[in-house]
Amino acid sequence: MLRINCPFCGTRDHNEFTYGGDGSISYPELDAPMEDWIKAVFERENICGRQTETWQHTLGCRMWLRVERDTVTHEIFSVTPADPKLAVACGDDA
Amino acid sequence: MSQFSAWSVFWNGLSGQKGWTRQWRDSEPQTKYDVVIIGGGLHGLATAYYLAKNHDVGKIAVLEKGWIGGGNAGRNTTIVRSNYVLPGNREFYEHSLQLWEELSHELNYNVMFSQRSHVTLLHNPGAVDAVARRYNTMRLTGNNDVEMWDLERLKATIPHLNYAPSARFPITGAAVQTRAGTARHDAVIWGYARAADKLGVDIIQQCEVTGINTTQGAITRIETSRGSIETNKVGLAVAGNTSRLWQMAGLGNLPIESHKLQAFVTEPVKPLLDQVVVFGMGGAHFYMSQSDKGGMVFGGDLDWYKSYAQKGNLPVAEDVTASAISIMPCLSRLRVLRQWAGIVDMSMDGTHFICKTPLSNLYLNGGWNYGGFKATPASGWHFADLIASDRPNTLIENFDLERFARGVNIDERGAGPDPKLHG
Ligand SMILES: Cc1cc2nc3c(=O)[nH]c(=O)nc-3n(C[C@H](O)[C@H](O)[C@H](O)COP(=O)(O)OP(=O)(O)OC[C@H]3O[C@@H](n4cnc5c(N)ncnc54)[C@H](O)[C@@H]3O)c2cc1C
Ligand SMILES: [Zn+2]
Repeated sequence: MLRINCPFCGTRDHNEFTYGGDGSISYPELDAPMEDWIKAVFERENICGRQTETWQHTLGCRMWLRVERDTVTHEIFSVTPADPKLAVACGDDA
Repeated sequence: MSQFSAWSVFWNGLSGQKGWTRQWRDSEPQTKYDVVIIGGGLHGLATAYYLAKNHDVGKIAVLEKGWIGGGNAGRNTTIVRSNYVLPGNREFYEHSLQLWEELSHELNYNVMFSQRSHVTLLHNPGAVDAVARRYNTMRLTGNNDVEMWDLERLKATIPHLNYAPSARFPITGAAVQTRAGTARHDAVIWGYARAADKLGVDIIQQCEVTGINTTQGAITRIETSRGSIETNKVGLAVAGNTSRLWQMAGLGNLPIESHKLQAFVTEPVKPLLDQVVVFGMGGAHFYMSQSDKGGMVFGGDLDWYKSYAQKGNLPVAEDVTASAISIMPCLSRLRVLRQWAGIVDMSMDGTHFICKTPLSNLYLNGGWNYGGFKATPASGWHFADLIASDRPNTLIENFDLERFARGVNIDERGAGPDPKLHG
């Protein structure tokens, strides 16, 4: 069982959460060229090691979170709110 | 190496089983090959076999970092079926099923292919309509072994499912493919390895690819843990590790994510279930069959988060066992003997890739999600054809990486571009 420390609710089992996906994707402008959209929607780095990803605390506060995790060892390094403004409010200086 | 026959089995039975010899050579890597296949799983070995058998491409090697069949090839739940509905998939999986039907003869190796039928349980009118549409499409396009069973027929065939009207999801009938079934995965690996070796293919184990050198848009050399190998053509068939090798060749991102899928087997019991049974309802997803040794083989969903760790997590174990007991309550006192996980290459639309790549002599075979066992013979056959002829035949032309840009998503489930949803 992964244990995710939700900044709003505390540490919970991962089956309270839903995995979102790769947190490093930034979506292009709406009028960006088609290739940029195809890359953002369909292509993934699929990192073997430390990656940033999103999870939603579906059975808790329902907030979206940004989690840094190792995809081989499953070690979790950090959990912050996905919304950058909330992350700052919660004391994360990233 | 000897040819298997009824006589050789009989004779060795009488002479203490001492007459059997090694099934394939333990090849040392040479410094140059015409074709190198990376990955000694089912797809790599099948490709090498069909390349050597159907085409004239020169010297072939299969490079495997561990031992052959140590990846998903030896970890799957061995279900073989062809009840796909989308154009391209339909023809591809039907071709595969036809190759399965002849495989033991083709390889002179008993792969224990058992066409015991694949039974999808139905629980409500919506599911009946959806599956009727799929199966009617299959019948209209030439596949006549798919049927809808009513409750009476299902009860008569599989008496010990939970037919209680008070069940959380009462069973109302089933959708059945009668030519589907299971095979012995290890035997398929060994059969292809033995047959490829016999045709001169070098199968090199404990040989990890650690670097891919390119010049002017083509691969020139491959670095491995057992030395450097020069080659004219490279076929990549490494399942869950596809992205890593792709990036080793400097090619960037792929429409693939690696996830883990678990399987479970119970202690052996007397014959109990002579079909593959699938249950998918209310968020549950579960499939089971009984192995020839008597163990009940269970599978379910992915672990729901991306992973390269070949070990599964407990929530899925709980879901799978709960599903098992809810559809066949008599399983409740069986003990699970073993549990394991494999890293599957989940693609963005749930369909695989057998295609050319941005490098002129690199060919890609991957994105098998968790359905690549059944695909093995056709995958090897068509990948070999692609590598030998350097152009995709019409059956596989949409199994390329550019299909997303063309708007041709081959999405059987209609789940959208989220790899974990294509179960
Ligand atoms: C639990 C589970 C259940 C499944 N159930 C079914 C099922 O019921 N029906 C079905 O159709 N499919 C099923 N599948 C899917 C099926 O097993 C896979 O799609 C298929 O085996 C993948 O192809 P493969 O055999 O070539 O992969 P693998 O056996 O994984 O082969 C890839 C090989 O590449 C090697 N490799 C990786 N990196 C390197 C490197 N750098 N150098 C050299 N070699 C390397 C690996 O060691 C591995 O042996 C299941 C999968 C799992 C995990
Ligand atoms: Zn929370």
